[in-house]
Amino acid sequence: MTTGDIGLWGVPIAVIGGAIRVSTPILFVSLGETLTERSGRINLGLEGTLVIGAMTGYATAVLTGSAWAGVLVAALAGAVFGLVHGLVCSLPKVNDIAIGIAMMLLGTGLAFYFGKPFIQPVAPNLPAIPLGWWSDLPQVQAALNVNVLFLIGLALAFAMHWMLRATRPGLIVRVVGDSSDAARAMGLKPAQIRTIATAIGGAFAGVGGAYLSLYYPGSWNEAISSGQGLMAVALVIFARWNPIACIWAALLFGGAGALGPALQSVGVTQGYYLFYAAPYVLTLGVLIATSSPSRAMAGAPGELSITK
Amino acid sequence: MALAESLSGGGARSTLLRAGLARRAEAVVIPLLALLAGLAVFGLFLLTQGKSPVDFFALVWKGAYGSAFSWQNTLSRAAPLLLSALCVALPARLGLVVIGGEGAIVLGGVAAGALAGPLAGAPAIVGLPLLAAAAMVVGGVWIGASGALRHLRGVNETIASLLLSYIAIALMNQLVEGPLRDPASLNKPSTAPLADQLRVGNMPGMDVHWGLAFGIAACVLSWVLIERTTWGFAARIAGGNLRAAEVQGLPVGRLIVGFTALGGAFAGLAGFFEVTAIHGSANASLAAGYGYTGILIAFLARQNTLAIIPVAILLAGFDASSGLVQRRMQLPDATVQVLQGLVFMAILMSETLYGRLRLFAAGKGA
Repeated sequence: MTTGDIGLWGVPIAVIGGAIRVSTPILFVSLGETLTERSGRINLGLEGTLVIGAMTGYATAVLTGSAWAGVLVAALAGAVFGLVHGLVCSLPKVNDIAIGIAMMLLGTGLAFYFGKPFIQPVAPNLPAIPLGWWSDLPQVQAALNVNVLFLIGLALAFAMHWMLRATRPGLIVRVVGDSSDAARAMGLKPAQIRTIATAIGGAFAGVGGAYLSLYYPGSWNEAISSGQGLMAVALVIFARWNPIACIWAALLFGGAGALGPALQSVGVTQGYYLFYAAPYVLTLGVLIATSSPSRAMAGAPGELSITK
Repeated sequence: MALAESLSGGGARSTLLRAGLARRAEAVVIPLLALLAGLAVFGLFLLTQGKSPVDFFALVWKGAYGSAFSWQNTLSRAAPLLLSALCVALPARLGLVVIGGEGAIVLGGVAAGALAGPLAGAPAIVGLPLLAAAAMVVGGVWIGASGALRHLRGVNETIASLLLSYIAIALMNQLVEGPLRDPASLNKPSTAPLADQLRVGNMPGMDVHWGLAFGIAACVLSWVLIERTTWGFAARIAGGNLRAAEVQGLPVGRLIVGFTALGGAFAGLAGFFEVTAIHGSANASLAAGYGYTGILIAFLARQNTLAIIPVAILLAGFDASSGLVQRRMQLPDATVQVLQGLVFMAILMSETLYGRLRLFAAGKGA
């Protein structure tokens, strides 16, 4: 076997590399949603936040010439969207799921509106670390060209896990998420804490969006996200509101998303659109397998409207 | 207490009557205020962009309702919106938030487009009902599946229906570019063009296809179903609290699957009309976003199927005028989406006002 000609072995290698590439935005969104849902609120609007993050990140990178400035602005824009969602949902009788749908519409609308002039210009990309240097195979090198944001996402997952388990802010978030009454008895203000958790969750989703436009696929257009934000929200249920489990869930879905392009690269073009649908089918399958009609789900925050 | 008051004399009865009227007035005035507030915020948004809100709304008026031609354009767009809003409003009676109507429209249209081939020789009186039935069955199964998953497995129907809608669009692309593709459709893969007698024409005296009449009829029938039948009554009870309804012995599962499937069938019918009256074959144009606008319409109408009719015509007007507005004011095409998002936010935020406005509280009687 000669270098560069590895036949069908190219498929699993491409899938692994693709899993890392595709999973990063899903990881960021699901981490943000985990924090938000652990505080007892659901934010379905993260799909819109992801697109806003992609647009603001790209636009900033074009204007400043710095991809990292783009990531920062995307996080800020995401936080603003999360803050709006959090504040609106704090009003009595307002439905957080419906607000999420409206924010999805508003977020994508604003992103397309302001993003129009940035479809043509080229922004600097985020740097990647060549972790495949030990291999001679170009396929392996390409697959292990890992973006810095993925590593940051991994670190954040562990940090959030520790924060929720072992720190006072983590305890506060968990109490508020499990019982508003208990939180009030402790002298906490549930609405305020949920709003903060939603804003931070929005910042995570914004960074996920910046990854989309600044690394992979690495351009800004109106088809930048097709439901990754929504899938990430569904994944949080699968990951049982556990930040570490979000990593595995995101990688699994990244792999599913990478299957179509990987098969196409070795000449399998049949059923391209069906492979394209694989992540959605997988998400739905996972939801069906992990939901239950009768009992409350293990690990679910008690105040969460989606599991009530 | 209220009963005793109403029996005790005319004064108390008129208080009750006023309370009832106040509730009805509230249900009309608050959404209207929210709509105006959303439009006002959008006006401010335009001002920050250096565009005139007055020009904008004048152009919307002109493009949507200013002439017979624009009315026809608006009403043609209202047809799928009426039907896709029902796909949200019917499940909403049970407290379910279904947002995947787009998928049912797309697959309903593909079903009609696919069946039109074998039926090319059939007369309209046989062919059209069969195509419509196929579209409704496919749409009903697609959305009914979200309802069934909710009931049988406790899967959140909002997420499930949207995932199913992404899957539906992928399926359509696969079918239209693969087995169902008409080799003659080069730039835009489509199913074979429909035979002439299978095209749905316009209603007499106007340039608007029959979908509008069917859409309005579907809204009225849905209202009758909800307000005047035992099924609708059971659904309204169950909508308050699904678990309590189950304990009461109501057939919650059948209600959930029935209402979601009926909503999906209406969305499928929208796909049928898009294919038979507008496009003439099934292709990617089916995913035009009517399903998403339908969500907004249903919420603006507060899930009241009769109120959907005026609201759908209003939003169809925004849709119909968007081309004119974009050209004249040099606005990006996403402007309509921004407008819709702001109105949507305003209407949802207005939920918090019910029972809290002093104007209406007076009717409740001290």
